[in-house]
Amino acid sequence: MTELTEPLFKKAVVELLYQLADDDFILAYRGSEWLGLAPHIEEDVAFSSINQDTMGHAAMYYGLLEQLGEGDMDTLSHARGISERKNAVLLELPNGSGHYLKEPRYDWAFTVVRHFYYSHAKKVKLESLKHSSYEPLAHAAVKISMELYYHLMHWTVWFNQLMNAGGEAKRKMLEAISRVEQDFLDVCSLGPLSAEMASLKLIDGDDALMQAFHENMKPVFDALFIPYKGEFQQHSGKGRYGEHTQELHQALATLTEVYRTDPAAAW
Amino acid sequence: MIRLETDEEKHINFMERIYAGEKIEADDWMPDEYRNVLIKLISMHGISEIMGALPEKEWVPKAPTLKRKLGIMAKVQDEMGHGQLLLRVTEDLIKPLGKTREDIMEDLFNGKLKFHNVFHMEAPTWGDAGLIGWLIDGAAIITQTNMLNASYGPYARALKRICAEEVFHAQHGEAIILALAEGTDEQKRMVQQAVERWWEPLLMFFGPGDAKAVGTSKQDITAKYRIRSKSNEELRQDFFTKYVPRILSIGLTIPDPSMHYDQEQEKWIYQQPDWEKFKEIVRNKGPKSQERLRLRKLSYENNEWVREALARPNDAR
Repeated sequence: MTELTEPLFKKAVVELLYQLADDDFILAYRGSEWLGLAPHIEEDVAFSSINQDTMGHAAMYYGLLEQLGEGDMDTLSHARGISERKNAVLLELPNGSGHYLKEPRYDWAFTVVRHFYYSHAKKVKLESLKHSSYEPLAHAAVKISMELYYHLMHWTVWFNQLMNAGGEAKRKMLEAISRVEQDFLDVCSLGPLSAEMASLKLIDGDDALMQAFHENMKPVFDALFIPYKGEFQQHSGKGRYGEHTQELHQALATLTEVYRTDPAAAW
Repeated sequence: MIRLETDEEKHINFMERIYAGEKIEADDWMPDEYRNVLIKLISMHGISEIMGALPEKEWVPKAPTLKRKLGIMAKVQDEMGHGQLLLRVTEDLIKPLGKTREDIMEDLFNGKLKFHNVFHMEAPTWGDAGLIGWLIDGAAIITQTNMLNASYGPYARALKRICAEEVFHAQHGEAIILALAEGTDEQKRMVQQAVERWWEPLLMFFGPGDAKAVGTSKQDITAKYRIRSKSNEELRQDFFTKYVPRILSIGLTIPDPSMHYDQEQEKWIYQQPDWEKFKEIVRNKGPKSQERLRLRKLSYENNEWVREALARPNDAR
């Protein structure tokens, strides 16, 4: 194992952990906004379980950052400003129009597609992280993979069922796919230190991860008789470089509302 | 010759079974009155669990630490799970009447199916989120434990699981409240104000002492059919016995100067809540009734295309 005393190694580990933590943190939040609004009660139960797992994964990554001396996990998750956030921009985008407490008109197709694509990308990263040269991260990847297995299964069922239903459902799903692909490059990117992360064997590089992702996705599309293009863009900004939308501002304002009233207090 | 039992004989056998402590199952013969009272009770309980997620929903993302976020996420997920379990029990009971879950939802939207008074109320601070877990779930444990031996097997079994989880919720709520009660002045104020807001709704939670207060009461029927054992007032007294000392011991004040235990009468003396207000609240005229029903209804409409897609055979491409 490469030593943490090497500054570049530590810098790359920290950078990677922020991306992983912030991705799960913000997507768990978007998921939790659906609470009580899912298409049926059974889905409400299942989806909130997934959100809880995902928030738990974020907590594990923030915990690893805490061990590296980055600060305590609540400060890391609640007190960092928007330009310090490393999550992919796709994951911060709202679920639809309206507010989670007022007139929410959320888009289930967008939610299914975003979670389905994200779960696949997360799986590809975790498979690589299981062999990471940073051992605590490799251990975390094994644990997280066990839960992700069920998330992926869940979103696969929804993805296939809605695509197969035809009609309005399929139309909405195809729209959602094109929306998600417009910003999916950011999810697959490892940001400014991606070459270092790969050479230090923390995780495979961008290209290898992207190739693995395509290999997983293509059979899904083939089975649905839909051409898989796999051409992704990043229209709304590069989250790994700290570029974010106004939506993240609002999300963080909600997520930290109580915390900010007294960050020093015990809650 | 086979002689079919008359309804009267069936009724006598049924009552003998429940008085012998036997459980009634979904497919067993049961008097209409029994079926109807169960439908009313269990659908109301189920839908209350679901509507109860909405006052807490606001606080799921706002919970102040990662640990609290995870705790409240787990709790609200359990509540939805209870709602689902109870709706399944209700669905079996309404099936012979030709009704489905769609009808339950319709009844909620048109006001025929009511949900618990506490879930019509505002929860404006993190203190409320803690208090709901601690005292509302604490009150729910008391009323639900009272029905653990209910004569209707599916409900009794569902309650066993629900009560086990509610104990965790009450602990989760208590942990939030203790942190606030031991915290800064502002945190202490937050929790005291929450107690003041929730005291009257908590008294109402157990229902009126008798039919005089609100005109009707199902207490006698549910007792006759061995669905519950204690009366509303007995349950409210149990709640006081368990929680009044705890509330006082952490430095909080109960907003009722007349509240005390009378040794001679062996009961708690307290100011009755405004039962007229209670009637209004459960008629969906509480402070948050319409807003929460709107959320539920909007999601129902907004996801109609999903339900339609799921109902369609998969080869309809």
